[in-house]
Amino acid sequence: MTSRLDRTFAQLRQGGEKALIAYVMAGDPSLEETEQLVVELEQAGADIIELGVPFSDPIADGPVIQQAAERALRSGTSLRKILLMVTGLRARTQIPLVLMAYYNNIHAFGPERFCHEAVQAGVDGLIVPDMPPDEAGPLKGPAAAAGLQMIFLLAPTSTAERRTFVARQSQGFVYYVSLTGITGAKLLNVADVGKNVEKIRKVTRVPVAVGFGVATPEDAANVAAIADGVIVGSAIVKQIAAHQQKPEMVKQVAEFVRSLKTAMRAAQPITR
Amino acid sequence: MGSVPNEQGRFGAYGGRYVPETLMPALLELEQEYARVKKDRRFQSELAYYLKHYVGRPTSLYFAQRLTKRLGGAKIYLKREDLCHTGAHKINNAIGQGLLAQRMKKPRVIAETGAGQHGVATATVAAMFGLQCEIYMGTEDMQRQALNVFRMRLLGSTVTGVDAGSRTLKDAISEAMRDWTTNIRTTHYILGSVLGAHPYPMMIRDFQSIIGRETRRQILAAEGRLPDCLIACVGGGSNAMGLFYAFIKDKKVKMVGVEAGGLGIASGKHAARFAGGKPGVLQGTMTYLLQDDDGQINLTHSVSAGLDYAAVGPEHSYLRDQGRAEYTSVTDDEAMAAFDLLAREEGIMPALESAHAIAHTVKVAPSMKKNQILVVNLSGRGDKDVQQVAKMRGITL
Repeated sequence: MTSRLDRTFAQLRQGGEKALIAYVMAGDPSLEETEQLVVELEQAGADIIELGVPFSDPIADGPVIQQAAERALRSGTSLRKILLMVTGLRARTQIPLVLMAYYNNIHAFGPERFCHEAVQAGVDGLIVPDMPPDEAGPLKGPAAAAGLQMIFLLAPTSTAERRTFVARQSQGFVYYVSLTGITGAKLLNVADVGKNVEKIRKVTRVPVAVGFGVATPEDAANVAAIADGVIVGSAIVKQIAAHQQKPEMVKQVAEFVRSLKTAMRAAQPITR
Repeated sequence: MGSVPNEQGRFGAYGGRYVPETLMPALLELEQEYARVKKDRRFQSELAYYLKHYVGRPTSLYFAQRLTKRLGGAKIYLKREDLCHTGAHKINNAIGQGLLAQRMKKPRVIAETGAGQHGVATATVAAMFGLQCEIYMGTEDMQRQALNVFRMRLLGSTVTGVDAGSRTLKDAISEAMRDWTTNIRTTHYILGSVLGAHPYPMMIRDFQSIIGRETRRQILAAEGRLPDCLIACVGGGSNAMGLFYAFIKDKKVKMVGVEAGGLGIASGKHAARFAGGKPGVLQGTMTYLLQDDDGQINLTHSVSAGLDYAAVGPEHSYLRDQGRAEYTSVTDDEAMAAFDLLAREEGIMPALESAHAIAHTVKVAPSMKKNQILVVNLSGRGDKDVQQVAKMRGITL
């Protein structure tokens, strides 16, 4: 059986489109609103949803996502409750769902139990920002057994050796971190990103998505021209934070996502 | 017990490299460079030169005659790391890593600090080697250790306050890791304790192991035999690892690490990882952590900023599992009483961190025989804590 992630990338490729991967922090400001956001963001053009699992000490994240995690923890969010929400979501949507979780939350849950219950709930992929494949041993077996795709990250600092090592283990897509920095930093050089994406493509057939620093419709369009997927995190989380007290929050965030997808569709595709 | 860590940086089940991919190449580079300098005679003699002429090593092993008499049991020796330049053992590691940064041609160094001792040591070394330096410190700790903040600034470093989470050491480390991730091409991160991702716990242990090597030589010269017990406080645990490491194979030498018991273990307000924690991953390493059932890191409490941290160095977790070292804790009040005792009996004001080791000594020395020998690592001096001690007693200076 092909996974939802693989199917989504294949369908988009056929239509000459790139994937918009929208990140929201689960439980920010509440899990009910996260559930609503997932449904509405899909309507607005998101192809894949990345759900952040809030951790108290997120070393790979900038202030925007750190604060979102604090809000989510204050609203009582836990991995267990997120999986319950995903179970509910699966009655409403088949959009691919990827969890982004720091390893300690998974370790505390129990790696085997986590992989099993995540797939049961309807999760498709997993990104662990503080777990390079070198340390992924305890997760690989249970993830493979459960059918959970493990997505690994590459960075501008990655050597040729690591590029091959990491890319070949990544399933669903390779997450290319566009800059040496943390989430929410500013994207500087799209041409450099393009060169690195090409290098990754030479060592794997898995699609390459680019994240960190993609903040505006213009950024999204530029990145769509060079990669298979565009990951937008902090910019969406900022919209959620700005409108969190208002009843029209979900609608506002959906409008922003729609503007990203519209720009990506209008971008001149560079055929491979 | 074989030699640890292994090639993956594992001390048994602990340690490892749990970091974002951006940092992996830098950690691998650091590991290679460190492996080279470990065998490089020129590097080692340069390190020895600075330790002798700049830090003031060897530090003395002082027989605390009045304290021994007062407690009425074992003979108590103090390893005087408080006499190091900048006032604590932290500089042993900062010099080593400063030399490494130069070799790797990194013009900028960063560090985290809790009590400010590692920050001051790093700022000092940066000034001496002509490196640009930025220190991250929780804003809560900046208040507790205002004097050290000013010292770092006088030394030409930038001190950046971290206003996230508990505003203490843990948050300063996260922020330093974020800086390193962002500026990795120009910057070396001088981590201050046996924490973080491989090779840091191993490398910092090695740089601090001079404490135990000197102690071994000194006690053999003074007593003609090895001590019965070693006692050191454990925050991250670098002064303890530094003292213990040279004695690991001497099974008859008992080793005791003293954690911060804060307001008492039952209160939940403490930093005793072995009493209240379980294994997990924080800031690059697998080790004992204070965390809740969901794996969120708990807030910690200690009167001593240098012990106020949710994780312990992975090699300590390993030594504890192996039964080679024991870990216990003392409360804030016990540490404060020990601070007074050492000041009045010996004319030495210990850092509040080191006062925890003294407090445990007060508990165990009386029931030991008079011919038994205790070595306590006096990891730092208490000058930095004078303002806080005054404040706690309601005295305005």
